[in-house]
Amino acid sequence: MLSAVLALTALAVVFGLVLGFAAVRFKVEGDPLVEQIDKILPQTQCGQCNYPGCRPYAQAIADGEADINQCPPGGDEGVIKLAELLGREPKPLNPDNGVEKSMPTVAFIREDECIGCTLCIQACPVDAIVGARQQMHTVIVDECTGCDLCIPPCPVDCIDVVPVEPTVSTWTWPKPIDVAELPREAA
Amino acid sequence: MSGVTLSSPHLPVQPSVGGVMRGVLLALIPGTAAMVWLLGIGVLINIAVCVAACLVTEAACLRLRDRPLSPFMRDWTAILTGALIGLALPPLAPWWIAVIGGVSGIVLGKHLYGGLGFNPFNPAMVGYVVLLISFPTELTLWTVERADVATTLAAQFGGLGASALDAVTAASPLDGLRTGLSQNLTVDEARIASVFASGGWGWVNLGFLLGGLWMIWRKLITWQIPVAMLAGLGIMALVFWLIDGDRHADPLFHLMSGAAMLGAFFIATDPVSGATTPRGKLVFGFGIGVLVYLIRQWGGYPDGVAFGVLLMNMTVPLLDTHLQPRVYGQGKAGRPDR
Amino acid sequence: MGRPQTIGSQAKPQLWDFPGGLHLPEHKIDAPIRSMPLPKTLVFPLAQHIGAPAKPVVEVGDKVLRGQVIAEADGYVSTPVHASTSGKVIAIEERPVAHPSGLSARCIVLASDGRDKAAPGRTVEDFKALELVELRNIVRDAGVVGLGGAAFPSFIKLNPGSARIDTLVLNGAECEPYIACDQAVMAEEPADIVRGAQLIMHAVGARQTIIGIEDNKPRGIAALRKAIGEQQASNVRVVVVPSRYPQGGEKQLIQTLTGREIPSEGLPLDIGIVCHNVATASAVWRAVVYGEPLTERVITVTGPGIKTPSNLRVRLGTPVEDLVAAAGGLAEQGARLVMGGPMMGFALPNARVPAVKATNCILALRQADVRPEEPAMPCIRCGACAEVCPAGLLPQQLYWHARAGEFDKTQNYNLFDCIECGCCAQVCPSHIPLVQHYRFAKTEIWAEEREKRKADAARERHEFRNARLERIDAEKKAARAAKKAALQAKKAGGDPVGDAIAKAKAAKQAAPESDSKATDDPIAAAKAKAQARKAQKAQAEGAVPSAAAAQEAPKDDPVAAALAKAKAAKAAKQSDDKPDSDA
Repeated sequence: MLSAVLALTALAVVFGLVLGFAAVRFKVEGDPLVEQIDKILPQTQCGQCNYPGCRPYAQAIADGEADINQCPPGGDEGVIKLAELLGREPKPLNPDNGVEKSMPTVAFIREDECIGCTLCIQACPVDAIVGARQQMHTVIVDECTGCDLCIPPCPVDCIDVVPVEPTVSTWTWPKPIDVAELPREAA
Repeated sequence: MSGVTLSSPHLPVQPSVGGVMRGVLLALIPGTAAMVWLLGIGVLINIAVCVAACLVTEAACLRLRDRPLSPFMRDWTAILTGALIGLALPPLAPWWIAVIGGVSGIVLGKHLYGGLGFNPFNPAMVGYVVLLISFPTELTLWTVERADVATTLAAQFGGLGASALDAVTAASPLDGLRTGLSQNLTVDEARIASVFASGGWGWVNLGFLLGGLWMIWRKLITWQIPVAMLAGLGIMALVFWLIDGDRHADPLFHLMSGAAMLGAFFIATDPVSGATTPRGKLVFGFGIGVLVYLIRQWGGYPDGVAFGVLLMNMTVPLLDTHLQPRVYGQGKAGRPDR
Repeated sequence: MGRPQTIGSQAKPQLWDFPGGLHLPEHKIDAPIRSMPLPKTLVFPLAQHIGAPAKPVVEVGDKVLRGQVIAEADGYVSTPVHASTSGKVIAIEERPVAHPSGLSARCIVLASDGRDKAAPGRTVEDFKALELVELRNIVRDAGVVGLGGAAFPSFIKLNPGSARIDTLVLNGAECEPYIACDQAVMAEEPADIVRGAQLIMHAVGARQTIIGIEDNKPRGIAALRKAIGEQQASNVRVVVVPSRYPQGGEKQLIQTLTGREIPSEGLPLDIGIVCHNVATASAVWRAVVYGEPLTERVITVTGPGIKTPSNLRVRLGTPVEDLVAAAGGLAEQGARLVMGGPMMGFALPNARVPAVKATNCILALRQADVRPEEPAMPCIRCGACAEVCPAGLLPQQLYWHARAGEFDKTQNYNLFDCIECGCCAQVCPSHIPLVQHYRFAKTEIWAEEREKRKADAARERHEFRNARLERIDAEKKAARAAKKAALQAKKAGGDPVGDAIAKAKAAKQAAPESDSKATDDPIAAAKAKAQARKAQKAQAEGAVPSAAAAQEAPKDDPVAAALAKAKAAKAAKQSDDKPDSDA
């Protein structure tokens, strides 16, 4: 009886040590959850999710404060990815947060109308607008995330939202459709 | 129209799914002719009934699934499935056997998985196995000699019971062999006649072999699966025949009886449900050959092609994943030539 | 792999085999090179190959000479663009270019003056006397790119870096049906090709040149062998290879000639080989020795839809319709025009796009010559595609995953080792446009990567901005605290200066009130205009403008008050001007 108890205890200790050692030695260094969520978010930094940027929203999702369907720029695709990561059911975008744009856009300043007030520069979350006081401003198209945060502050309404048209270098081949994907009428 | 784009290549294409299937049907002719000569007109009636059942079922399934009818009705795949099931049936089987076989094959074997191109199992063999399990009596009664038209019609459409056909039906050579062996007879005693004697299945198999070789020559099928399957069956038979020739039939008997050739060239080579990589095809075919022998020798059924094919169908995803060809430039670095 | 076979007549060199491939009907013409009349208008796309587009160095209205640089290289993988005849720049604008998308891109448009006056070039007597870097610069400045179809800048391939090169492979296989320009160049400029080979060997340090030519080009083979004999170039040999598509693929030709495989994602450099097209060798030679920039090339204009199939010497920038006209015109209206060969070329959106450095063939195909435009049947996994794939891929699996949008899995099946030769699509009984599926998957993967890079950059910039705002905030706080402390200290001491400042501040604050009609201020005017527009928009949308807008304005701001007034007035006027039905 005693020997059995001792043997089991000894085994428990040994295995405990081995497991403990293994846990430390072979620890998998994964990204913390917030980082993983942040990677899925589109980094538009538009605030449509009601958080001041993508990272705070990621934090809020990780903390269970925010739902996964509050990011219109990420679209349904983004919701699905978040759902996959978090093991939840995907759900449609929350219309309170806005709707997904049908195609990517950037801001464009009509430079002859710009008065150089710098308000848009202050609003831009990614420093994609350059200019100085009393000088016309311009948007660095490559850096613009299309968040539209510069639109409301502009006192002279000289900022347009323009769709990003595909160019020869960004164009993608369309996906061919086969008969199996066609409905009855089409064939 | 949308969905049609102008990507290269810009050349006319010769082969088509329908064309391939028509070719396979043509290749069935010699073997089928031998069967008709051997067993009578019932073979053709079976095929006709089965094909009709398959076509009607295919159309109904497409309708139900809200799919376009014309491209799939013109692809000849349902006809081929029907023909293969029809060929597998005893010539005096009642007509509803053929109908049930055709319907099961198309519904259970094909459309439940999404129709052409998406079925993991060979539809013809699914239909046949449904019959084999459900109606074992009807499926094992083969004629001893050619049945005349009147008898055939009476048996198929006259509602003649199986017992009434005793006069003209008997077990197939494989079945005879298996029964004999179970009664402790030797192979020589059990074998009713040589496979090439009158009423011998050898001629039927020779016919299908001929059609199969023609298909390989016309590049309708690749050589790997038939060769590997016949090798698997032949090697198994050879090994056991050498060990104990009294209890095991010789390789030629196995290769030339039952559905060996029909299975090797026409059934196992169904592209959709078979392995698709060259090495995968070899393993797939070999596996079928081995299984056919195992089932013939020790299983509960006289022939094993249907079960062999369906069992190997299950291994296809595994084979295709693990037996991929070597990609150019992958693995082996550039090897200087001198 | 590597099953050796022997073929050829003279030395019977050892050849290797590549997997897959197809025997295709050749449809090749064997016609001499013919010049065509100078086009009236020429269009030069700034991007003619991968890498950075060139930067224009001319302006609209400039007169240019033939061979003059009109756009210079911008970045390493970039080459300049030269005017291919003399004339006047009439536009620098977006024009449809030769691209499967049918999109437009920036182009320089030149109106020919018909005089075809050439800019003076510099000639080199002995290329061996040049520094290698100078040699490469000459080739780059001459705008020479690969003429086989990929148009990769040639000077980069003349720089082996640290790699040790033993063999130069010149690609004269020209395996695609219809295309016949390389054969014509080999037959008519064999001497320049062999000299070019010597020059490239010198540049990369190779010991030997193998010119691989398919056995269906006897004229090219004979001419090159003769030129080699005349020049006593013992280090150059012609090897005849069997005609089998895609024999002329760089990877396949190298495998056939040497048995070596270029590692995945690698270059021929990695296995000690440099590979150029035969016509490129000639162009490199002419660029260095005669100082001729790349302003023309030979293009096969052919196909059943062309009246007189021809090999034309074409000025770069010539619109395709001029090429078609020079070849007798179309035999049938509505023929499909393809740039490149039938296996890898792409259908042109219209005939006004210009011929570029990469254009080796213009093919006019009638409806009967192309696959019918119909949706594909499902894949039946027959494996015919895998049988013919020269890269040893499993096209059916690639298709399966590309169709399902599982792009990571397509990469597991080595999507990027696909050379898009089109063999698989050609033999597919289900008529699946397999190559398009792979192009779709590739371009989608690239787009995803671009998006990810952009998201990463946005994240970084946002984080940087947050850090900066925090820093500024902290600095402000510190400054305020310091000021407060100073003020308190000064107050304690009774500071006259501080009083003065306070007084001045008060005065300044009062000032704007006395000057409330800031109407001549341009900023205010602009603001007023904008507000008016906003109001108008609001009006159109059915909102009540003036009151709301007036309330929006901060009350203590006189400028804003004035604006609001003006705006309200304007809005009222607008609504008067516009009848309701117009809203």
